[in-house]
Parts: sequence; structure tokens; C-alpha cells
Amino acid sequence: MPFISNTDQQRQQMLAQIGLSMEDLFADIPASLRSDLADVPSGLSEQEVRDRLAAIAAKNHVGLTCFLGGGFYDHFIPAAVYAILSRSEFYTAYTPYQPELSQGTLQAMYEYQSMICRLTEMEAANASLYDGGTALYEAMMMALRITGRSKVIIDDSVNPIYRVMISSYTSNLNIELEQTYCLEGLVDRQQVKAKLDRKTAAVILQNPNFFGCLDDLSDIADMAHSVGALLIVSCYPISLGLIKTPGAMGADIATGEGQCLGLPMSFGGPYLGFMATRWQYVRKMPGRIIGRTVDRYGRQAFVMTLQAREQHIRREKATSNICSNEALCALAALVYLSLLGTHGLRQVAQLCADKAGYAFDRLCQIPGVRPHFRTNWFFNEFVLDLPSDAADVIGRLIERGFAAGFPLSRYYQGMERCILIAVTEKRTKQQIGMLAEALESVL
Amino acid sequence: MVIPGLLYTKDHEWVRLDGSIATIGITDHAQKMLGEVTFVELPAVGASFKKGQAISVVESSKAASDVYAPVEGRVIEINDQLLSRPELINQSCYEDGWICKMEVTDPSPGSGLMDARQYAKFLKEQ
Repeated sequence: MPFISNTDQQRQQMLAQIGLSMEDLFADIPASLRSDLADVPSGLSEQEVRDRLAAIAAKNHVGLTCFLGGGFYDHFIPAAVYAILSRSEFYTAYTPYQPELSQGTLQAMYEYQSMICRLTEMEAANASLYDGGTALYEAMMMALRITGRSKVIIDDSVNPIYRVMISSYTSNLNIELEQTYCLEGLVDRQQVKAKLDRKTAAVILQNPNFFGCLDDLSDIADMAHSVGALLIVSCYPISLGLIKTPGAMGADIATGEGQCLGLPMSFGGPYLGFMATRWQYVRKMPGRIIGRTVDRYGRQAFVMTLQAREQHIRREKATSNICSNEALCALAALVYLSLLGTHGLRQVAQLCADKAGYAFDRLCQIPGVRPHFRTNWFFNEFVLDLPSDAADVIGRLIERGFAAGFPLSRYYQGMERCILIAVTEKRTKQQIGMLAEALESVL
Repeated sequence: MVIPGLLYTKDHEWVRLDGSIATIGITDHAQKMLGEVTFVELPAVGASFKKGQAISVVESSKAASDVYAPVEGRVIEINDQLLSRPELINQSCYEDGWICKMEVTDPSPGSGLMDARQYAKFLKEQ
């Protein structure tokens, strides 16, 4: 079925009526910006499309044993997550503007927010953002609104993809982005101190950081607060089953990527950005917020709340230009966390940490393979120095069935021999041993 | 309702000038247009504003509106009561529902503002 149902004849009639040609209608668009659609081929049959896409998909390496992280992690997803997610009541639901019709969706979002608060030990969460990177960008914009200042400090141990997103989103805004460089995998307090001043809106950090290193950022929260700046921490939710939370460190805004909570690793998403903050800043928070209230008979009810922050009311002065969210992905996170429970989450986190520790020790026994940093406090991801170019080694290991890790040279100069390796609860002792043998054989 | 002795803006703010101190609020017309006020965002004491800069936000169940500084100056006092009782703006917009007090730096603060008679006429023409 064509998208536009008017026939050529009807179009000619309409144009004749107003005395214009088709060309005239596009006169406002410079010729150089117009695409030439004349060469679009006619469509393929369903079978041809399937064959074509299957042939493209077959070029992927599938079924690799995954030690790849860098922001997205290969965690086990219980079958119940997809079973609940794919119920049409959830799967086809649209924006719950009419609470009387959307109590199920609204309650799920409210419970999701509550879980994000418990996980991060913050006081208020929104109903989700697009992904970890946009969540961090939104947190930065929120800090600028709260403080009325224009300078932001961001450490190079924050996920480089997030940093690229932030600089590209803000390239035409009047924001002074200052970068600090981590030292031995940890935030260099001296550098942060030197750049922090009363013009600073926020310090943006990540824990565990992109190199997997753990750092207690409490002292930096104090440093930031002493000059009226905020601390924004991007975090890895599974790790919060075990390590000190952004809330406990004194962060003002916590964000992160929620893929690890029941969503598969897929190229380009859909992923899940989460955000939580302190009560005092809730009106400056972007995104949809679901609240619990009572109806006229005193019965529990859920509604979208504090909507005056949002675009449909505050127009161009809204807290964000992003007016959608990732409700279905947030639901996956809710179902995942509900299935695990507090103890289950702690157990998953402990397994990740234990197996990563084992893998670190095992891989460091290989001649020529060494820890990159002097101290190695990590959760489930770590950096090793290889005797040769890491990207080459990773390429050779793909042929042997392993996604062995991430070549850090892609984003960091001087780290050509560094590989970032992540270990989740899914990896077995045997798989770790096989990776070690394969790595040793390709070096 | 328009009160004599106050000055008014086209954006429906009022100013009471007392020497170099200006008390600021929104008019009866503004509170009626907004409906039930649910939240008021107040400026920081000590912050300076130019004439026309957004100094506060008044939220109602159907809108969120900026309040613009009707004079240039520095905020010396805010009406804390509005944080817990935003409805004061509906109940008493010219008295208990004032928003903030500013120390005026503008040498002729009244210029460009309307008196009660002019504002009443302005409302009629709307």
C-alpha cells in the first residue's frame, strides 16, 4: 500500500488549481540539499528480502564466547523477562497520558523508579531515558540548570562513547567542558581540585570507570559541594549489588546504562538510560516521572506527575528536548530485578567479581601478559598489557571463537597493547581456561 | 482586580516601590489565568537580575509560567511561605502571595511600567 493515497491525476488537479508545479513546492529547499529519489529500485518480494537479510546476518560472528564489555555486558536473562515483556498489554501500550486506562503500565513504571532508587540509594528516579550516554548528557544539563553555571569537569575514565555524545550534543552551546586525566586508573584528585571553582556546575565521573577500576568518590563529592558544584556519577547497576552506591558516596545525580538488567546486547539497542537524584532537585530532572496517589475514593492510583517540567506544558523551556523514553526496556529491568531480588542481585554481582578475579589471575600467568595498572581494584572488568598490538590479538581470537575483549587504542592514545576484558556470571571456569590457552597460542 | 499605587507589566507582574526596595508578585489577572497554583520556584537571595530576566516560575495544574523581573536589581528577600503554601498566590496575590523583594539598581525603576489605570485599560484591550 502506498503511503500517499493520492493518484498522479489528483496531484495534477490540485497543482493546476493553485497554479504551481511539483518543482515549485520544493523551491525553498536548496537544490544541493535535495536527494535524488529517482533511482530507488522497485521493491523485493518478502522471500527475496528474507534471503538478502539472512545473507547479511550470516556475515556476523555469532556464538562467540563473550569477554567484551565497555559499557554493555553479557549477563544471563531469565526467560520470564521476555515472556512478561511480550504480553500485548505491555508490548503495545502507548504513552500513559490517560491514567484511568493505564494503571498497569503506570504501576510498572513506578516500581521501576522505586527499584532504581533502591539500587543507587538516591531519592527520586525518572521513568527512563534512551541510554547511558543520553542519561549522562541530561544529567549534565540538569546540573547546569540547578547551579546556573556553565563549566563542567569530566574525567577521561568516563566511557569515551558517552564523552563523544556529550561533546557533540553541546558543541553549539555555551558550555566550558574541562577534561581531567585519570592516574593509574583512578581519578586524580589534584587535577580535579585545580579545575574546580565557583563557576563549575558539575564533576562527571564513572564508577566502576571505563577501565573497570573501582574508586570511592566520596571525597570528590565533598570537594564539589564545597564550591557549590554537583557530583554526577555514571554507574553499572549490577555492580551496585556489591559496591558502594552513588547515593552513599554523596552524588547528586546518578545515571547509567540499564542494558545489563535483562536486555540483550544488540548493535545499537534499544537500550535503557536511568537517572536518579535527590528530592531537592526533582523539579529540575528531565523525563517522565510516575507518582503514586489516591483517587477520590481513597484507592491507590498511579499517574504521571510533575508534568510542568515537560515539553507538552513548558514548551521550549522544558527540562529536556527528549520527550520519549524506553518504557519497555525499563519494564525488562523491573522484571529482571524482581526475579533476582536483593539476594539474587548480590549473588550475581559476587559471581561476576569472583570470576573476573579468577580470570585476571589466570591470564596474568601467561608469559608477556601483565596487569596494566599498579593497583587492581576492579569489579568485573580489567585492563591487561599484551606483548603485541591488542586489536590484532583480538582479531585472531575471533577466529578461535572468542570475543576476547576491547582494544583500548580505539579511544586512548598510547594504549595500543591494552585489552579491556569483562567477565560476567555466565562465564565458566572452563571458558576462562580456554580463553587463556587460546590467548597464549596466538601471542 | 487592579490595586492603585502599584506598577504593572504587560506580562502581568506587579511592583510595589518603597524607596529603593521593590516588592514583586503576579497580578490577579495572572493568577486567574493560571488557575490553582501548585508550586513556586523562588530566586536565590543575593542573585541579580536585569529587567525582563526570568526570576521565578509559577506552576499551576495546567501551565508553568516564568515571572520576569520588572525592575533591575538584587534579590534581598524571598517569600518562603510560598514553598509550603503556593495557594497564597491564588488567595492573596497582592499581599501574602508576594514573590520576592529586590533592591533596585535602576535609577528610574518605574520607567516602562504601567500604573493601575493604564494596566486596567491594557487588560480591557486584551
